[in-house]
Amino acid sequence: MGDSSNVKVLGTWASPFVMRVRIALHLKSVGYEYVEENLLEAKSELLLKSNPVHKKVPVLIHADKPVCESLIIVHYINEVWTSAPSILPSDPYERAASRFWAAYVDDKFFPALRRVLVSSEEDKKAAMAEMLEGAVLLEEAFKKLSGGKAFFGGNDLGYVDLAVGSLLAWIKVIEKFTETEVLSEAKTPSLAAWADCFSSHAAVKDVFPDVDKLADFGMKLRAKFSKAAAATTTSN
Amino acid sequence: MEGAVVLLDFWPSMFGMRTRIALAEKEIKYEYSEQDLWNKGELLLQMNPVHKKIPVLIHNGKPVCESLNQVQYIDEVWNDRAPLLPANTYKRANARFWADFVDKKLYDLGSKIWKTKGEEQEAAKKEFIDCLKLLEGELGDSLYFGGKDFGYVDVALVPFYCWFYAYEQCGNFSIEAECPKLIAWVKRCMQKESVAKSLVDREKVYEFVLQLKKLYGIE
Repeated sequence: MGDSSNVKVLGTWASPFVMRVRIALHLKSVGYEYVEENLLEAKSELLLKSNPVHKKVPVLIHADKPVCESLIIVHYINEVWTSAPSILPSDPYERAASRFWAAYVDDKFFPALRRVLVSSEEDKKAAMAEMLEGAVLLEEAFKKLSGGKAFFGGNDLGYVDLAVGSLLAWIKVIEKFTETEVLSEAKTPSLAAWADCFSSHAAVKDVFPDVDKLADFGMKLRAKFSKAAAATTTSN
Repeated sequence: MEGAVVLLDFWPSMFGMRTRIALAEKEIKYEYSEQDLWNKGELLLQMNPVHKKIPVLIHNGKPVCESLNQVQYIDEVWNDRAPLLPANTYKRANARFWADFVDKKLYDLGSKIWKTKGEEQEAAKKEFIDCLKLLEGELGDSLYFGGKDFGYVDVALVPFYCWFYAYEQCGNFSIEAECPKLIAWVKRCMQKESVAKSLVDREKVYEFVLQLKKLYGIE
Protein backbone atom coordinates (compact mmCIF):
# COMPACT_ATOMS: atom_id res chain seq x y z
CA MET A 1 0.00 0.00 0.00
CA GLY A 2 1.28 3.48 -0.84
CA ASP A 3 1.79 6.22 1.70
CA SER A 4 -1.25 8.49 1.36
CA SER A 5 0.26 11.31 3.34
CA ASN A 6 2.07 12.75 0.35
CA VAL A 7 -0.48 12.17 -2.44
CA LYS A 8 -3.46 14.46 -2.87
CA VAL A 9 -6.05 14.65 -5.64
CA LEU A 10 -8.08 17.80 -6.21
CA GLY A 11 -11.24 16.86 -8.03
CA THR A 12 -14.99 16.80 -8.38
CA TRP A 13 -17.23 13.74 -8.27
CA ALA A 14 -18.80 14.52 -11.64
CA SER A 15 -15.60 14.94 -13.64
CA PRO A 16 -14.58 12.07 -15.91
CA PHE A 17 -11.05 13.47 -16.00
CA VAL A 18 -10.74 13.25 -12.21
CA MET A 19 -12.07 9.71 -12.37
CA ARG A 20 -9.18 8.67 -14.63
CA VAL A 21 -6.65 9.81 -12.05
CA ARG A 22 -8.40 8.05 -9.16
CA ILE A 23 -8.74 4.78 -11.08
CA ALA A 24 -5.01 4.92 -11.94
CA LEU A 25 -4.10 5.39 -8.28
CA HIS A 26 -6.43 2.53 -7.28
CA LEU A 27 -4.84 0.25 -9.90
CA LYS A 28 -1.44 0.97 -8.36
CA SER A 29 -2.77 0.60 -4.80
CA VAL A 30 -1.60 4.11 -3.95
CA GLY A 31 -3.38 5.72 -1.02
CA TYR A 32 -4.27 9.39 -1.39
CA GLU A 33 -6.21 12.22 0.16
CA TYR A 34 -9.12 13.28 -2.03
CA VAL A 35 -10.22 16.92 -1.90
CA GLU A 36 -13.63 17.70 -3.42
CA GLU A 37 -13.74 21.08 -5.14
CA ASN A 38 -17.11 22.76 -5.57
CA LEU A 39 -16.89 23.98 -9.14
CA LEU A 40 -20.30 25.65 -9.10
CA GLU A 41 -18.83 28.01 -6.51
CA ALA A 42 -15.45 29.71 -6.23
CA LYS A 43 -12.26 27.74 -6.88
CA SER A 44 -10.12 27.02 -3.84
CA GLU A 45 -6.79 28.73 -3.12
CA LEU A 46 -5.03 25.39 -3.40
CA LEU A 47 -6.48 24.70 -6.84
CA LEU A 48 -5.57 28.16 -8.15
CA LYS A 49 -2.06 27.84 -6.74
CA SER A 50 -1.55 24.29 -8.05
CA ASN A 51 -2.92 24.86 -11.54
CA PRO A 52 -2.46 28.56 -12.26
CA VAL A 53 -2.40 28.03 -16.03
CA HIS A 54 -5.73 26.22 -16.51
CA LYS A 55 -7.34 26.48 -13.03
CA LYS A 56 -8.99 23.11 -13.55
CA VAL A 57 -9.33 19.73 -11.90
CA PRO A 58 -7.92 17.14 -11.70
CA VAL A 59 -4.65 18.09 -10.05
CA LEU A 60 -2.41 15.46 -8.50
CA ILE A 61 -0.18 16.83 -5.77
CA HIS A 62 2.71 14.46 -5.01
CA ALA A 63 5.13 15.51 -2.27
CA ASP A 64 3.78 19.08 -2.67
CA LYS A 65 4.46 19.15 -6.41
CA PRO A 66 1.43 19.53 -8.71
CA VAL A 67 0.83 17.56 -11.90
CA CYS A 68 -1.99 18.72 -14.18
CA GLU A 69 -4.02 17.35 -17.13
CA SER A 70 -5.58 13.93 -16.58
CA LEU A 71 -3.72 11.95 -19.24
CA ILE A 72 -0.40 13.49 -18.22
CA ILE A 73 -1.18 12.58 -14.60
CA VAL A 74 -1.96 8.98 -15.62
CA HIS A 75 1.44 8.77 -17.39
CA TYR A 76 3.07 10.18 -14.25
CA ILE A 77 1.33 7.71 -11.93
CA ASN A 78 2.35 4.83 -14.19
CA GLU A 79 5.99 5.98 -14.19
CA VAL A 80 6.32 6.69 -10.45
CA TRP A 81 4.52 3.61 -9.13
CA THR A 82 5.90 0.87 -11.29
CA SER A 83 4.04 -2.12 -9.81
CA ALA A 84 1.72 -4.08 -12.08
CA PRO A 85 -0.44 -3.50 -13.92
CA SER A 86 1.37 -1.19 -16.32
CA ILE A 87 -1.30 1.20 -17.49
CA LEU A 88 0.49 1.86 -20.79
CA PRO A 89 1.77 -0.96 -23.02
CA SER A 90 5.53 -1.57 -23.00
CA ASP A 91 5.80 -1.78 -26.80
CA PRO A 92 6.37 1.70 -28.30
CA TYR A 93 4.02 1.11 -31.23
CA GLU A 94 1.22 -0.14 -28.99
CA ARG A 95 1.89 2.78 -26.67
CA ALA A 96 1.55 5.19 -29.60
CA ALA A 97 -1.76 3.52 -30.56
CA SER A 98 -3.04 3.89 -26.97
CA ARG A 99 -2.06 7.55 -26.89
CA PHE A 100 -3.77 8.08 -30.24
CA TRP A 101 -7.10 6.73 -29.03
CA ALA A 102 -6.98 8.57 -25.72
CA ALA A 103 -6.28 11.80 -27.63
CA TYR A 104 -9.19 10.96 -29.96
CA VAL A 105 -11.50 10.73 -26.95
CA ASP A 106 -10.34 14.11 -25.63
CA ASP A 107 -10.16 15.93 -28.98
CA LYS A 108 -13.28 14.55 -30.70
CA PHE A 109 -15.52 12.27 -28.67
CA PHE A 110 -15.72 14.27 -25.45
CA PRO A 111 -16.37 17.64 -27.17
CA ALA A 112 -19.24 16.01 -29.12
CA LEU A 113 -20.65 14.61 -25.87
CA ARG A 114 -20.41 18.01 -24.24
CA ARG A 115 -22.24 19.65 -27.15
CA VAL A 116 -25.07 17.13 -26.92
CA LEU A 117 -25.44 18.16 -23.30
CA VAL A 118 -25.26 21.95 -23.53
CA SER A 119 -25.84 23.06 -27.14
CA SER A 120 -28.85 24.36 -29.03
CA GLU A 121 -31.30 21.84 -30.56
CA GLU A 122 -29.72 22.15 -34.00
CA ASP A 123 -26.15 21.60 -32.91
CA LYS A 124 -27.26 18.83 -30.58
CA LYS A 125 -28.39 16.71 -33.56
CA ALA A 126 -25.05 17.16 -35.34
CA ALA A 127 -23.16 16.45 -32.12
CA MET A 128 -25.21 13.31 -31.49
CA ALA A 129 -24.43 12.05 -34.99
CA GLU A 130 -20.72 12.62 -34.27
CA MET A 131 -20.99 10.72 -30.98
CA LEU A 132 -22.63 7.75 -32.69
CA GLU A 133 -19.93 7.70 -35.39
CA GLY A 134 -17.34 7.95 -32.65
CA ALA A 135 -18.83 4.98 -30.83
CA VAL A 136 -18.46 2.87 -33.97
CA LEU A 137 -14.81 3.96 -34.33
CA LEU A 138 -14.17 3.10 -30.69
CA GLU A 139 -15.79 -0.30 -31.20
CA GLU A 140 -13.27 -0.97 -33.99
CA ALA A 141 -10.43 0.31 -31.81
CA PHE A 142 -11.55 -1.98 -28.99
CA LYS A 143 -11.43 -5.03 -31.24
CA LYS A 144 -7.89 -4.13 -32.37
CA LEU A 145 -6.43 -3.17 -29.02
CA SER A 146 -8.06 -5.76 -26.77
CA GLY A 147 -6.85 -8.74 -28.79
CA GLY A 148 -10.01 -10.59 -27.83
CA LYS A 149 -9.63 -9.89 -24.11
CA ALA A 150 -11.96 -8.03 -21.75
CA PHE A 151 -10.39 -4.56 -21.84
CA PHE A 152 -8.75 -2.15 -24.28
CA GLY A 153 -5.65 -2.84 -22.19
CA GLY A 154 -6.03 -6.61 -22.57
CA ASN A 155 -6.39 -8.61 -19.37
CA ASP A 156 -6.65 -5.55 -17.17
CA LEU A 157 -7.53 -1.87 -17.43
CA GLY A 158 -5.19 0.22 -19.52
CA TYR A 159 -4.77 3.77 -20.70
CA VAL A 160 -7.58 3.69 -23.27
CA ASP A 161 -9.96 1.99 -20.80
CA LEU A 162 -9.44 4.94 -18.48
CA ALA A 163 -9.83 7.48 -21.27
CA VAL A 164 -13.10 6.03 -22.59
CA GLY A 165 -14.48 4.39 -19.47
CA SER A 166 -14.38 7.60 -17.47
CA LEU A 167 -17.03 8.95 -19.87
CA LEU A 168 -19.44 6.03 -19.41
CA ALA A 169 -21.59 7.63 -16.72
CA TRP A 170 -21.99 10.77 -18.85
CA ILE A 171 -22.78 8.60 -21.87
CA LYS A 172 -25.58 7.00 -19.82
CA VAL A 173 -26.85 10.48 -18.90
CA ILE A 174 -26.91 11.46 -22.60
CA GLU A 175 -28.72 8.22 -23.43
CA LYS A 176 -31.28 9.09 -20.75
CA PHE A 177 -31.80 12.70 -21.96
CA THR A 178 -31.94 11.90 -25.67
CA GLU A 179 -33.60 8.47 -25.40
CA THR A 180 -31.01 7.19 -27.87
CA GLU A 181 -28.53 4.37 -27.31
CA VAL A 182 -24.93 5.43 -27.83
CA LEU A 183 -23.50 2.02 -26.93
CA SER A 184 -25.73 -0.86 -27.94
CA GLU A 185 -25.75 -4.61 -28.40
CA ALA A 186 -26.71 -4.02 -32.02
CA LYS A 187 -24.14 -1.45 -33.14
CA THR A 188 -21.31 -1.71 -30.58
CA PRO A 189 -21.58 -5.15 -28.98
CA SER A 190 -17.97 -5.31 -27.75
CA LEU A 191 -18.20 -1.90 -26.12
CA ALA A 192 -21.57 -2.73 -24.57
CA ALA A 193 -20.02 -5.79 -22.90
CA TRP A 194 -16.87 -3.90 -21.97
CA ALA A 195 -18.91 -1.12 -20.32
CA ASP A 196 -20.23 -3.60 -17.73
CA CYS A 197 -16.76 -5.02 -17.08
CA PHE A 198 -15.36 -1.54 -16.68
CA SER A 199 -17.94 -0.13 -14.31
CA SER A 200 -17.84 -3.16 -12.03
CA HIS A 201 -14.02 -3.32 -11.86
CA ALA A 202 -12.67 -3.03 -8.31
CA ALA A 203 -10.62 0.05 -9.18
CA VAL A 204 -13.61 1.79 -10.73
CA LYS A 205 -16.81 1.05 -8.86
CA ASP A 206 -16.23 3.35 -5.88
CA VAL A 207 -15.66 6.37 -8.12
CA PHE A 208 -18.26 5.63 -10.79
CA PRO A 209 -20.89 8.33 -10.26
CA ASP A 210 -24.55 7.57 -9.68
CA VAL A 211 -26.21 8.16 -13.06
CA ASP A 212 -29.38 9.81 -11.64
CA LYS A 213 -27.31 12.17 -9.51
CA LEU A 214 -25.16 12.94 -12.56
CA ALA A 215 -28.27 13.55 -14.68
CA ASP A 216 -29.49 16.15 -12.13
CA PHE A 217 -26.09 17.80 -12.27
CA GLY A 218 -26.25 17.66 -16.08
CA MET A 219 -29.55 19.57 -15.99
CA LYS A 220 -27.95 22.25 -13.79
CA LEU A 221 -25.02 22.56 -16.21
CA ARG A 222 -27.35 22.81 -19.17
CA ALA A 223 -29.36 25.56 -17.44
CA LYS A 224 -26.18 27.43 -16.58
CA PHE A 225 -24.91 27.28 -20.18
CA SER A 226 -28.16 28.26 -21.83
CA LYS A 227 -28.48 31.19 -19.44
CA ALA A 228 -24.95 32.30 -20.35
CA ALA A 229 -25.66 31.83 -24.07
CA ALA A 230 -28.90 33.82 -23.81
CA ALA A 231 -27.08 36.59 -21.97
CA THR A 232 -24.47 36.94 -24.72
CA THR A 233 -27.06 36.98 -27.49
CA THR A 234 -29.15 39.64 -25.80
CA SER A 235 -26.33 41.82 -24.54
CA ASN A 236 -26.22 43.86 -27.78
CA MET B 1 14.99 0.01 -34.64
CA GLU B 2 15.69 -0.88 -38.25
CA GLY B 3 13.10 -0.54 -40.95
CA ALA B 4 11.86 2.01 -43.41
CA VAL B 5 10.64 5.36 -42.14
CA VAL B 6 8.31 7.50 -44.22
CA LEU B 7 6.86 10.88 -43.27
CA LEU B 8 3.66 12.07 -44.96
CA ASP B 9 3.76 15.81 -44.49
CA PHE B 10 2.89 19.26 -45.86
CA TRP B 11 5.74 21.78 -46.02
CA PRO B 12 4.26 24.68 -43.94
CA SER B 13 2.84 22.47 -41.20
CA MET B 14 4.28 23.35 -37.80
CA PHE B 15 3.16 19.91 -36.66
CA GLY B 16 5.07 18.14 -39.43
CA MET B 17 8.12 20.22 -38.56
CA ARG B 18 8.12 18.79 -35.04
CA THR B 19 8.48 15.29 -36.42
CA ARG B 20 11.13 16.43 -38.92
CA ILE B 21 13.17 17.93 -36.08
CA ALA B 22 12.86 14.79 -33.94
CA LEU B 23 13.95 12.57 -36.84
CA ALA B 24 16.89 14.90 -37.54
CA GLU B 25 17.90 14.99 -33.86
CA LYS B 26 18.08 11.20 -33.89
CA GLU B 27 19.79 11.19 -37.33
CA ILE B 28 17.18 8.85 -38.73
CA LYS B 29 17.08 8.44 -42.50
CA TYR B 30 13.57 8.73 -43.86
CA GLU B 31 11.57 9.34 -46.99
CA TYR B 32 9.75 12.67 -46.97
CA SER B 33 6.50 12.57 -48.91
CA GLU B 34 4.81 15.91 -49.65
CA GLN B 35 1.02 15.60 -49.53
CA ASP B 36 -1.62 17.55 -51.44
CA LEU B 37 -4.17 18.38 -48.77
CA TRP B 38 -6.75 19.50 -51.33
CA ASN B 39 -6.55 16.18 -53.11
CA LYS B 40 -5.63 13.64 -50.43
CA GLY B 41 -3.81 10.54 -51.64
CA GLU B 42 -4.73 6.92 -51.00
CA LEU B 43 -1.80 6.33 -48.68
CA LEU B 44 -2.68 9.23 -46.40
CA LEU B 45 -6.33 8.19 -46.21
CA GLN B 46 -5.33 4.60 -45.53
CA MET B 47 -2.73 5.46 -42.88
CA ASN B 48 -4.83 8.06 -41.04
CA PRO B 49 -8.45 7.09 -41.71
CA VAL B 50 -9.71 8.67 -38.48
CA HIS B 51 -8.41 12.23 -38.97
CA LYS B 52 -7.11 12.18 -42.59
CA LYS B 53 -4.40 14.65 -41.51
CA ILE B 54 -0.68 15.07 -41.74
CA PRO B 55 1.85 14.45 -40.39
CA VAL B 56 1.78 10.66 -40.49
CA LEU B 57 4.92 8.77 -39.55
CA ILE B 58 5.09 5.31 -41.12
CA HIS B 59 7.60 2.94 -39.53
CA ASN B 60 7.90 -0.58 -40.94
CA GLY B 61 4.61 0.01 -42.74
CA LYS B 62 2.73 0.94 -39.56
CA PRO B 63 1.37 4.45 -39.03
CA VAL B 64 1.82 6.71 -36.01
CA CYS B 65 -0.46 9.75 -36.08
CA GLU B 66 -0.46 13.07 -34.20
CA SER B 67 2.83 15.00 -34.03
CA LEU B 68 3.51 14.86 -30.28
CA ASN B 69 2.70 11.17 -30.36
CA GLN B 70 5.27 10.78 -33.14
CA VAL B 71 7.94 12.72 -31.23
CA GLN B 72 7.41 10.49 -28.16
CA TYR B 73 7.46 7.37 -30.33
CA ILE B 74 10.71 8.44 -32.02
CA ASP B 75 12.22 9.19 -28.60
CA GLU B 76 11.18 5.80 -27.24
CA VAL B 77 12.27 3.68 -30.22
CA TRP B 78 15.58 5.45 -30.90
CA ASN B 79 16.38 5.73 -27.22
CA ASP B 80 20.14 5.43 -27.54
CA ARG B 81 20.81 9.01 -28.62
CA ALA B 82 19.72 12.65 -28.26
CA PRO B 83 17.00 12.12 -25.64
CA LEU B 84 14.09 14.51 -26.05
CA LEU B 85 12.02 13.78 -22.96
CA PRO B 86 13.68 14.28 -19.56
CA ALA B 87 14.74 11.21 -17.57
CA ASN B 88 13.23 12.59 -14.36
CA THR B 89 9.56 11.62 -13.98
CA TYR B 90 8.37 14.95 -12.62
CA LYS B 91 10.28 16.93 -15.25
CA ARG B 92 8.80 14.62 -17.89
CA ALA B 93 5.26 15.39 -16.67
CA ASN B 94 6.13 19.09 -16.77
CA ALA B 95 7.47 18.80 -20.33
CA ARG B 96 4.29 17.01 -21.43
CA PHE B 97 2.21 19.73 -19.76
CA TRP B 98 3.87 22.57 -21.66
CA ALA B 99 3.83 20.74 -25.00
CA ASP B 100 0.13 20.12 -24.41
CA PHE B 101 -0.29 23.84 -23.57
CA VAL B 102 1.27 24.76 -26.93
CA ASP B 103 -1.14 22.34 -28.63
CA LYS B 104 -4.20 23.67 -26.84
CA LYS B 105 -3.54 27.33 -27.50
CA LEU B 106 -1.18 28.46 -30.22
CA TYR B 107 -2.62 26.98 -33.41
CA ASP B 108 -6.19 28.18 -32.82
CA LEU B 109 -5.14 31.63 -31.62
CA GLY B 110 -2.68 32.00 -34.50
CA SER B 111 -5.40 31.00 -36.96
CA LYS B 112 -7.74 33.61 -35.51
CA ILE B 113 -5.05 36.26 -35.96
CA TRP B 114 -4.81 35.74 -39.73
CA LYS B 115 -8.46 34.85 -40.32
CA THR B 116 -10.23 37.64 -38.45
CA LYS B 117 -10.27 41.41 -38.07
CA GLY B 118 -11.38 44.01 -35.55
CA GLU B 119 -12.27 43.03 -31.99
CA GLU B 120 -11.95 39.30 -32.59
CA GLN B 121 -8.44 39.72 -33.99
CA GLU B 122 -7.41 42.05 -31.15
CA ALA B 123 -8.61 39.55 -28.57
CA ALA B 124 -6.72 36.73 -30.31
CA LYS B 125 -3.52 38.80 -30.51
CA LYS B 126 -3.69 39.63 -26.82
CA GLU B 127 -4.31 36.04 -25.77
CA PHE B 128 -1.58 34.81 -28.12
CA ILE B 129 0.98 37.17 -26.57
CA ASP B 130 -0.20 36.20 -23.06
CA CYS B 131 0.45 32.54 -23.92
CA LEU B 132 3.92 33.33 -25.28
CA LYS B 133 4.68 35.28 -22.11
CA LEU B 134 3.64 32.29 -19.98
CA LEU B 135 6.02 30.20 -22.05
CA GLU B 136 8.79 32.77 -21.52
CA GLY B 137 8.14 32.46 -17.80
CA GLU B 138 8.50 28.71 -18.01
CA LEU B 139 11.76 29.06 -19.99
CA GLY B 140 13.19 31.40 -17.35
CA ASP B 141 16.94 31.77 -17.66
CA SER B 142 17.55 28.37 -19.22
CA LEU B 143 19.07 27.91 -22.64
CA TYR B 144 16.20 25.65 -23.67
CA PHE B 145 12.89 24.49 -22.25
CA GLY B 146 14.73 21.20 -21.75
CA GLY B 147 17.27 23.00 -19.54
CA LYS B 148 20.83 22.79 -20.78
CA ASP B 149 19.68 20.53 -23.59
CA PHE B 150 17.23 20.93 -26.41
CA GLY B 151 14.16 18.82 -25.65
CA TYR B 152 10.51 17.94 -26.09
CA VAL B 153 8.97 21.36 -25.42
CA ASP B 154 11.56 23.05 -27.64
CA VAL B 155 10.56 20.66 -30.45
CA ALA B 156 6.86 21.29 -29.81
CA LEU B 157 7.14 25.07 -29.90
CA VAL B 158 9.94 26.18 -32.23
CA PRO B 159 8.11 25.35 -35.52
CA PHE B 160 5.49 27.98 -34.70
CA TYR B 161 8.22 30.57 -35.27
CA CYS B 162 7.82 30.03 -39.02
CA TRP B 163 4.30 31.41 -38.74
CA PHE B 164 5.11 34.41 -36.52
CA TYR B 165 5.94 36.67 -39.49
CA ALA B 166 2.57 35.87 -41.13
CA TYR B 167 0.73 36.53 -37.85
CA GLU B 168 2.63 39.83 -37.42
CA GLN B 169 1.83 40.99 -40.94
CA CYS B 170 -1.84 40.06 -40.69
CA GLY B 171 -2.23 41.36 -37.16
CA ASN B 172 0.01 44.41 -37.47
CA PHE B 173 2.06 43.80 -34.34
CA SER B 174 5.56 42.70 -33.35
CA ILE B 175 6.02 39.48 -31.46
CA GLU B 176 9.72 40.19 -30.84
CA ALA B 177 8.87 43.52 -29.19
CA GLU B 178 6.52 41.73 -26.78
CA CYS B 179 8.56 38.58 -26.23
CA PRO B 180 12.25 39.23 -26.81
CA LYS B 181 13.39 36.36 -24.59
CA LEU B 182 11.39 33.90 -26.65
CA ILE B 183 12.85 35.18 -29.91
CA ALA B 184 16.34 34.89 -28.39
CA TRP B 185 15.50 31.27 -27.58
CA VAL B 186 14.33 30.73 -31.19
CA LYS B 187 17.66 32.02 -32.47
CA ARG B 188 19.52 29.61 -30.18
CA CYS B 189 17.42 26.74 -31.49
CA MET B 190 18.08 27.78 -35.09
CA GLN B 191 21.82 27.24 -34.44
CA LYS B 192 21.03 23.53 -34.30
CA GLU B 193 21.20 21.78 -37.64
CA SER B 194 18.11 19.68 -36.91
CA VAL B 195 16.04 22.83 -36.43
CA ALA B 196 17.60 24.90 -39.23
CA LYS B 197 16.95 22.24 -41.82
CA SER B 198 13.42 21.41 -40.62
CA LEU B 199 11.95 24.87 -40.38
CA VAL B 200 10.73 26.64 -43.51
CA ASP B 201 11.16 30.17 -44.79
CA ARG B 202 8.77 32.54 -42.99
CA GLU B 203 8.17 34.70 -46.08
CA LYS B 204 7.04 31.59 -47.96
CA VAL B 205 4.63 30.83 -45.10
CA TYR B 206 3.26 34.38 -45.33
CA GLU B 207 2.74 33.97 -49.10
CA PHE B 208 0.94 30.72 -48.37
CA VAL B 209 -1.31 32.44 -45.81
CA LEU B 210 -2.15 35.13 -48.38
CA GLN B 211 -3.11 32.38 -50.84
CA LEU B 212 -5.31 30.77 -48.17
CA LYS B 213 -6.99 34.09 -47.47
CA LYS B 214 -7.81 34.44 -51.17
CA LEU B 215 -9.05 30.87 -51.29
CA TYR B 216 -11.37 31.33 -48.31
CA GLY B 217 -12.45 34.81 -49.32
CA ILE B 218 -10.93 36.45 -46.25
CA GLU B 219 -9.97 40.12 -46.53
